[in-house]
Amino acid sequence: MTRAASSESPVARRILIGVGLLFLALFLALPLVVVFVQAFAKGWPMFVDAIGQPDARAAIRLTLLVAAISVPLNCVFGVVASWAITKFDFRGKSLLISLIDLPFSVSPVVAGLIFVLMFGAQGWFGPWLIAHNWKVIFAVPGIVLATVFVTFPFVAREIIPLMAEQGRDDEEAAVSLGASGWQTFWHVTLPNIRWGLLYGVLLCNARAMGEFGAVSVVSGHIRGLTNTMPLHVEILYNEYDFVGAFAVASLLASLALVTLVLKSLLEWRFGYHQARSAH
Amino acid sequence: MGLTIVWLCLIVLIPLSTIFLRAAGLGWDGFVAVGLSARALSAYKLSFGTALLAASVNAVFGLLIAWILARYEFPGKKFVDAAVDLPFALPTAVAGIALVSLYAENGWIGSLLAPLGIRVAYTPLGVVVALIFIGLPFIVRSVQPVLADLGADVEEAAATLGATRWQTFSRVILPAIAPALLTGFALAFARGVGEYGSVIFIAGNMPYKSEIAPLLIVTQLEQFDYPGATAIACVMLVASFSMLLLVNLLQAWRAKRSAK
Repeated sequence: MTRAASSESPVARRILIGVGLLFLALFLALPLVVVFVQAFAKGWPMFVDAIGQPDARAAIRLTLLVAAISVPLNCVFGVVASWAITKFDFRGKSLLISLIDLPFSVSPVVAGLIFVLMFGAQGWFGPWLIAHNWKVIFAVPGIVLATVFVTFPFVAREIIPLMAEQGRDDEEAAVSLGASGWQTFWHVTLPNIRWGLLYGVLLCNARAMGEFGAVSVVSGHIRGLTNTMPLHVEILYNEYDFVGAFAVASLLASLALVTLVLKSLLEWRFGYHQARSAH
Repeated sequence: MGLTIVWLCLIVLIPLSTIFLRAAGLGWDGFVAVGLSARALSAYKLSFGTALLAASVNAVFGLLIAWILARYEFPGKKFVDAAVDLPFALPTAVAGIALVSLYAENGWIGSLLAPLGIRVAYTPLGVVVALIFIGLPFIVRSVQPVLADLGADVEEAAATLGATRWQTFSRVILPAIAPALLTGFALAFARGVGEYGSVIFIAGNMPYKSEIAPLLIVTQLEQFDYPGATAIACVMLVASFSMLLLVNLLQAWRAKRSAK
């Protein structure tokens, strides 16, 4: 015990650990447990029945669709933005990084509202969209836009520090050996950032599938058409269909658990870890 | 490079600017009439007050959890470390219905508190509970790496000079982690002010009593009161940008400190 002089007594340690774990059990574990307990409160058949409802299935399909569009979009943007920020020098770099982080500090409801103000019936492009019979708000494109907005920073903020740390040496070597820009990216840069990219995609996907506030404002809650899984949870809950609400919620909770497991695997197995502030 | 800026403008900057342009279109009197109405003011008070309270609770317990994760060994530590991020991964609506079913009067926790006369669900206290859930990882993840990096030598020096463990903590460790703790606090607070999904189920949503500002925006929208929603959104945006500025200043302060 080299740190005996500057550490707590075993009793104090146990008390601190006990209090910390109790707090976590109360505020983190219990809510998760209650979701699954409520989902299976009336047994397995009721659970399967709730998930099999046409509206629930439509909500699941829509959530998968929205994630399938918005995650790759933000993925491409994240890589391009990090590339631009770390491989080139220009003025206003730190401002650009702050701007990319901006959606994190905007309330989800406000995020939804801005798209209503732009594309809604009273919005800037509203009359033009109506004239061309295009629906954005209260339709799938609006949901995708709002999701892209809230998940905007996830991939970029994972890769920017990673690329900055790796520097430009590998790329410069590849280029001097005659590789084209695209070859350099594909064979040098991408393998270097693959774990960071995966990490960002994981978090981005979890948020894209689970987003509630922003999507709620633009969706219009049309059952079977513009209801994502989190919105469907709300509707069922407000109709006192608790088994149904918690059944769909348990699917989302499972997604969260899978995300956490994969994220931890990335951190432990591949040593992918960055000391960074939370988001 | 150009592509980055175009995409950023299309998705983030132009949409955000619509709020300010629309709010400006209201004129000052119109803006004050809705953005600073009595109902809006009590919603801001609730949102900011509960976020402040929840962030303070999290500052204490988040610091404690970061401490045990960074300093002690105990069974299941890796598992606990991973579990701290749950609020980031769990969809807010799921958190919301889970919390309300726990804290409702017939829920697991609510039924224990009810005989004591404490009501959590459908009161401002419920809002605080939801925001504690949402904000916890911000504090832990901000403080934990700094605590882990803090060398043992300064603490040993303090102990050698006769400081008690508590004196070492309050005079040596706390000042060293203060910037990280404040950053986490600001992030948790900012998130709490804007939080919607996990709060609306447990809040009860009574105007003037348990109606948070984001919910007021949604209510205005449902009544097709776009100017009202815009004015409130504008106030919230200004607040969150100020928070963002504060976080950046804190981080600059932190960088300056560690450079010394």
